[in-house]
Amino acid sequence: MESIGQLAADWLSSAQVIELRDKMMRFAILQMRDQHAAEDAVQDALLAAYNKRDSFTGGSSLDTWVFSILRNRIIDLLRSSTRQTMNFQSVEDDEQLDALFAGNDHWHAQGKPKSWGKPEEVLDNEQFWQVFDICMNSMKEQLAQIFTMREFLGFETDEICDQLQISQNNCWTLLHRARSRLRYCLEQRWLAVQE
Amino acid sequence: MLTCKQATQLMSEKQDRELGTPEKISLKFHLLMCNGCRRYDQQMNIIHQACQKVSGRDDD
Repeated sequence: MESIGQLAADWLSSAQVIELRDKMMRFAILQMRDQHAAEDAVQDALLAAYNKRDSFTGGSSLDTWVFSILRNRIIDLLRSSTRQTMNFQSVEDDEQLDALFAGNDHWHAQGKPKSWGKPEEVLDNEQFWQVFDICMNSMKEQLAQIFTMREFLGFETDEICDQLQISQNNCWTLLHRARSRLRYCLEQRWLAVQE
Repeated sequence: MLTCKQATQLMSEKQDRELGTPEKISLKFHLLMCNGCRRYDQQMNIIHQACQKVSGRDDD
């Protein structure tokens, strides 16, 4: 009779799980910005999923279910970690973003957003995802932290403010800046690979 | 009358809080007239969908 350990090992090395693991790693690295921490979180989540497999009801897909275990694990890590030492208090002007606008605060001719093509085609394009990873990884850590808490983990802004000890207004401003920087980076790089 | 810079701030903030009625109206009005900001709005949607996808929430 196979041991539980062997069954777990079989499951964890099955083709379906390896593919899922890759997706989870990608997400965890973008979120945690640390290869080892990401590997630990993914491994823990996969093992937890295996151990709790009887509670999987099939209400969602297996991927979704395992992914939610990983997300919750990262949320727990974030909540239990000591409050951030990064400085979120001062929000200075962002010159790179300001340069997209003319003196009257309307788009500069060169700064004006350009067409990316049809959204569903963009999201199906492998090159777009490569560009997405590059742009996410090049985002300043302070912005990436707040952005991924909101957009990847689905925190409400109240909780982000509380965790990072910043005001609502700063939170909204930083999220706007993160989105605008990501948008600008995607546009530059995505249109460059299109040419 | 909103500037494009103010409009982009509202297009981001509407994802994080409920905009007030005057804000909604002025944003709508601005978008009717400004194709640069309409694109910005579409791109915000693409980014939001990409984030849902990457965090495994697109088929929740």
